[in-house]
Amino acid sequence: MLEFSILLPALLNGLTIGAVYALVALGLTLIYGVLHIINFAHGSMLMLALYGVFFLHALFGIDPYVSLLIVPPALFVLGYALQRGVIGRASHGKDENILLVTLGLAIVMDNLALYFWKADTRTIDTPYGFDTVDLGIATIAVPKAVAFVAALLICCALWLLMARTDLCKAIRALAKERQGAQLVGINVPHLFAMSFGIGAACVGAAACLLLPSFYVAPDVGQVFVLIAFTVVVLGGMGSFAGALIGGMIIGVTESIGGLFLGESLGQLGIFVIFIAVLLFRPTGLLGHRA
Amino acid sequence: MLEVGGLRSGYGGLDVLRGIDMQVGDKEIVAVLGANGAGKSTLNNTICGIVAPYEGKVRFAGSDITGKAAHDIVAAGLIQVPEGRRIFPNMTVRENLELGSYRRAKPRRVANMERVVAIFPRLKERFAQKAGTLSGGEQQMLAIGRGLMAEPRLLILDEPSLGLSPLLVEGMFALIARINAEGLAIVLVEQNVMQSLSIAHRAYVIENGRVTLSGAAAELMQNAELKRSYLGM
Ligand SMILES: Nc1ncnc2c1ncn2[C@@H]1O[C@H](COP(=O)(O)OP(=O)(O)O)[C@@H](O)[C@H]1O
Ligand SMILES: [Mg+2]
Repeated sequence: MLEFSILLPALLNGLTIGAVYALVALGLTLIYGVLHIINFAHGSMLMLALYGVFFLHALFGIDPYVSLLIVPPALFVLGYALQRGVIGRASHGKDENILLVTLGLAIVMDNLALYFWKADTRTIDTPYGFDTVDLGIATIAVPKAVAFVAALLICCALWLLMARTDLCKAIRALAKERQGAQLVGINVPHLFAMSFGIGAACVGAAACLLLPSFYVAPDVGQVFVLIAFTVVVLGGMGSFAGALIGGMIIGVTESIGGLFLGESLGQLGIFVIFIAVLLFRPTGLLGHRA
Repeated sequence: MLEVGGLRSGYGGLDVLRGIDMQVGDKEIVAVLGANGAGKSTLNNTICGIVAPYEGKVRFAGSDITGKAAHDIVAAGLIQVPEGRRIFPNMTVRENLELGSYRRAKPRRVANMERVVAIFPRLKERFAQKAGTLSGGEQQMLAIGRGLMAEPRLLILDEPSLGLSPLLVEGMFALIARINAEGLAIVLVEQNVMQSLSIAHRAYVIENGRVTLSGAAAELMQNAELKRSYLGM
């Protein structure tokens, strides 16, 4: 019989990684909500962001948490420019083209990373990397505790930003009624690019929170894009709160699964959930009916 | 207010508009009449920057807006209430109205909202309801209300009476005349020929992407050709 003292840390661990998954998935769900496409380049953008955090630390000694001020804005610019300059142009407004263009971008980014930075798995050392905080009921690694709190704060900040401005309304309007959106003066290409940019910035923030306790390699994005996609489907495509809850559930599932089945099989549970959701609740936990 | 000259446009290289000339003066109601498929909505959408023109000029309030982006044209105060309403079905009546002032007149959003619900008290009762659940007549009110939120200098109404019961159609035309009487220039696109002519100052008849008839509404009402083709008389 497993003891509570083992289960509880696994649960906490799952929640911390889950918050980061939520952040990555939030970007994906935002882009889906507006453009109705799965951004296959999402994982590759995370990979680039992780390299960004890594090199800022390796070359300039910038702490990953300080990079929160640099990498998310940089990713915003990258995402905005990619959508406005490449994806939007190359797809001629056809959804199936957008899908292929993002897939193509993912392949290009991954291979450029492989070419320039080789397949090495890289990690960074921080003074606090192995510190722990004692929560009384369990101890938890400092980078994970920081990631949890910061990811939640960023999700809330983003939600507030969208709710307090017309941005959220404009995005919802555009998602359902494009011509109506144009006729109230919504700049459609700009809003598409804004969604992409904000989605990319989420990934940039996730990278800063991940790297102190994670690694970077050219194919690291693939791991995340699959998990983030599962989170989005679980929470409900395009649902903000769904991404948050979905992220936590997937994080905990993975962590508890790892405890019972071993590290390598831990992700099995994620895909069991994924298939169960598709079978029994295809719109996801908080998704709207089509 | 609006001057359209030699306007040609269409879809995928196929001509729908084959050279349209049209003017709208300050405070005028100008009716644009024509059968289904004549190109009326294409004309509206070309003026509003949703369909790109092949040739010709559109001037609005003294400046050239030919080929400008739709959001810039909205910013200039040329607002269209489109055929089929195009309201945001997943959002509440209130949110729909708020978005009406997304690009224009945002600082006066609250005051304009009060003005709109004074015109359409029905919308006030439905404020928190999703727009997609409104009746056809209410959706049309919402579409017009959303347009008014932007403080239009010229309002284009594309078939506002479409799908309304005869009684509601009556009310709709009375309302359009009232909004115009307060000084707003209106382009009224309709298939409802006689009712449109009865409130319009001038009218253009479009067939096959060309203006085939135009003039003062009172005169057109007596026009034998128009009666024959639209009223079967
Ligand atoms: N989005 C579109 N793509 C291709 N053809 C269109 C489109 N919209 C309208 N048309 C065509 O253009 C012509 C004029 O249509 P429209 O402007 O909607 O006429 P009206 O509003 O007078 O009924 C029709 O033959 C119609 O089939
Ligand atoms: Mg039409």
